[in-house]
Amino acid sequence: MPSHPRPTSPHLQIYTPQLTSVTSILHRISGVVLSIGTLALVYWLAAAAMGEQSFDTAQAIAGSWIGRLALFGWTLAFFYHLFNGIRHLAWDAGWGFDLPAVYRSGWATIIGTVVLTLLAWALAYVARGAL
Amino acid sequence: MRSELGRARGLGSAKEGVVHWWRQRLTAIALIPLSLWFIASLIFITGADHAAVTHWLSSPISLGVMILFIGALFYHAVLGLQVVIEDYIHSHGPRTVLIVLVQFAGFALAMAAIISLLVIAFGH
Repeated sequence: MPSHPRPTSPHLQIYTPQLTSVTSILHRISGVVLSIGTLALVYWLAAAAMGEQSFDTAQAIAGSWIGRLALFGWTLAFFYHLFNGIRHLAWDAGWGFDLPAVYRSGWATIIGTVVLTLLAWALAYVARGAL
Repeated sequence: MRSELGRARGLGSAKEGVVHWWRQRLTAIALIPLSLWFIASLIFITGADHAAVTHWLSSPISLGVMILFIGALFYHAVLGLQVVIEDYIHSHGPRTVLIVLVQFAGFALAMAAIISLLVIAFGH
């Protein structure tokens, strides 16, 4: 690192967010959020392994309003990271690199994330007979 | 006295430059079907009691797919978090320590998940 740190690109304070930059940073944020979510997954599996009582506690936490809020956030992060990850894999293969295609796949990722998240939650409520 | 360039010249690459990139993609591809299977299963198991959930996790197919899912998930998470740490933490010492801690934590959590699955399937 130089002794006189100079501003590095992009200058985030004056940089206008665009679909391309927003989808890029959201991929990172959703990845970190999902990594934190693995702690809940491990806790849930361990609780199931320890027996009925600890499992019921885990289910009660997951079913509380704060548990549902976290699970809803993780569902959004999951579908976003999945769709945008597929978008990245397509780029790795050399597909969809021109700007119109990048914008189309970016919007498709965002719309797909919202639709699939709502669909997954609706199905879950239907599956447990609560809807 | 040889310059940095002179010493590096002719040695060729370490041949391992793309291994991180490649494994991140490999685990990503594996996680597409594995995570979709897991989410679909969760949708239909929401609100189920202990007996139903452990019954589902005890079937050989669920157990096998869950172990693959856990393996790919934590491998992918550790590789991804490593890149995030490398990009945002610039001082060498803390960066290395954090990467090592994340790797240890990732493997320990994967092991805890797999042992939980084995206990569920085969009892204590």
